[in-house]
Amino acid sequence: MNENLYRRRLLTNRIGIALSMLAMTLGLFVLLWILFILFKNGFQALDWNMFFNSTPAPGSEGGGLANAIVGSLMMVGFTTLVSTPIGILAGIYLAEFGDTSKTAEITRFMTDIMLSAPSIVLGLFVYAILVAQVKHFSGWAGTVALSLIAIPVVLRTTENMLRLVPGSLREAAFALGAPRWKVTTQVTLRAAKSGVITGVLLALARISGETAPLLFTALNNQFFSLNMNGPMSNLPVVIFQFAMSPYDNWVRLAWGGALLITLTVLVLNILARVFFREKISA
Amino acid sequence: MNTSVAESAATSGGAPVSDSGMRDLRLLQIIKKQRIQDFIFHKITLSFSLIVLVSLVGILISLAIVAWPALHKFGVGFIWRVEWDIINEEFGAAIAIFGTIASATIAILIAMPLSFGIALFLTETCPAWLRRPLGTAIELLAAVPSIIYGMFGLFVFAPLFAQYGQPALQSTLGQMPIIGPLFGGATNGIGILAAGLILAFMILPFIAAVMRDVFEIVPSILRESAYGVGCTTWEVVRYIVLPYTQQGVIGGVMLGLGRALGETMAVTFVIGNSQRISASLFSPGTSIASTLANEFGEADDFHLSTLFALGLLLFVITFVVLACAKILIIRTERAKGLKT
Repeated sequence: MNENLYRRRLLTNRIGIALSMLAMTLGLFVLLWILFILFKNGFQALDWNMFFNSTPAPGSEGGGLANAIVGSLMMVGFTTLVSTPIGILAGIYLAEFGDTSKTAEITRFMTDIMLSAPSIVLGLFVYAILVAQVKHFSGWAGTVALSLIAIPVVLRTTENMLRLVPGSLREAAFALGAPRWKVTTQVTLRAAKSGVITGVLLALARISGETAPLLFTALNNQFFSLNMNGPMSNLPVVIFQFAMSPYDNWVRLAWGGALLITLTVLVLNILARVFFREKISA
Repeated sequence: MNTSVAESAATSGGAPVSDSGMRDLRLLQIIKKQRIQDFIFHKITLSFSLIVLVSLVGILISLAIVAWPALHKFGVGFIWRVEWDIINEEFGAAIAIFGTIASATIAILIAMPLSFGIALFLTETCPAWLRRPLGTAIELLAAVPSIIYGMFGLFVFAPLFAQYGQPALQSTLGQMPIIGPLFGGATNGIGILAAGLILAFMILPFIAAVMRDVFEIVPSILRESAYGVGCTTWEVVRYIVLPYTQQGVIGGVMLGLGRALGETMAVTFVIGNSQRISASLFSPGTSIASTLANEFGEADDFHLSTLFALGLLLFVITFVVLACAKILIIRTERAKGLKT
């Protein structure tokens, strides 16, 4: 009787452990499979023409992604410029002044919702307030949409990192007679610097692959353009349009673009990890 | 407040008596200046956090304004109307809502047990030296842009699924009495089931990461006592870890659900994009997000307004799901704070 029970428990345990290992293997297998497919198809498409030619017209041969790469870089660059200060300052408020205030609590809750809100809805929002008003798609609208996605990421990481700074550091600075803003900007923020950079990098990684909101804001541009006030080509939307197209060279370019984006995102993520680890060990 | 007192005490203590009046005056000025600077600093940071707050409320309002013509014409019935006729401008959201919920449900049903297994493995049985690299790998899977999942689904997964997966399902589950019709119809790889499967692997790392994190907050004393009275690993997880972290686990699952509901790119590539509801999960359908992505380009005024109404619905659905998830996770963390 007792022996039986014992055996049954052991068996359940073995089955449970085996299934969990199976789940782990499956997860890893899918990751490796996706990366393998991506690298195989991506590297086939990768050549120098991709970086120097603009996207081809329907039916024409060759072509590259130069306009999309530049467009993506510009929009992501401006997004970083916009979202970093807003995210950091709002994060400072939540971490340094936000313990007792109701505004901070609501902001924190809303930010968490926005962190995982559907990005396509953010695109609709920017379309309604910006694109529909000026009557044309633009790189600026794309920047605004991407900023809405990036700000919560920067904000939350900044807040969490500032909270990790020991209170004694703040108190020591206060005891020397430093005013609050000096303590925050020159002591706390400095101590949390690498953490904050991590947040910015993670936000960058998040927006580099974001497609849905750009469909309604920056749209696409077949030609090389540096004009942020007009429709602007960008990698994700080009990938979306080209991958669904019937032309072989378009699909090939889509894989090339997909590889570029994924590499960027993975490198940013790894960089963020390295920064954060330095902070932990320091 | 503290600052100024500390400062004046420190400086005036060491100052010569003769010009202490002058010094006090200067000190007062410095303190006054710093107070003003602090006030401004406080207000600046406050205003930035208000910007974030206002933008969220702004999203709801602006969506509602643009969606108003459609909402006004169809009323609440918009939600359960099964019709999508662009030419006659007769719209209902039921088809898109069905596709959204069906694909997200499939995704959750598959991703939940898998991520539980992964979290169990990472926290309990994994050798210590493997824990970090495997955890990182799962987190990197979460970082892969969703459009990559979509391309993978369309070019690699769908053909394989049509060739092997769907016939296999049809000959097994498809023969069962009640659920049989779910697996009927043409096997062309794309459809609601395919979208659900791709979504499952997309949200898997998010849920697994949350589960791993909440499993790790279980105090080791609880775990060790259970092992001490002779529990097997499975029993420890099933009867100690899982009940302790219940709310956090549910919160993690709902976070994943929120993502699956709002995902655009991974779904648009494989769901098939046709405006109809069919009994079979193999048949192409559409979700709210993929309808938006596909039809936005050629939509005119009223159609556009309908699309905004869809977007508003999506936002409300995900908002509710995410808010529930958030509250559950916060509660778990509070419980942890009380108990340790």
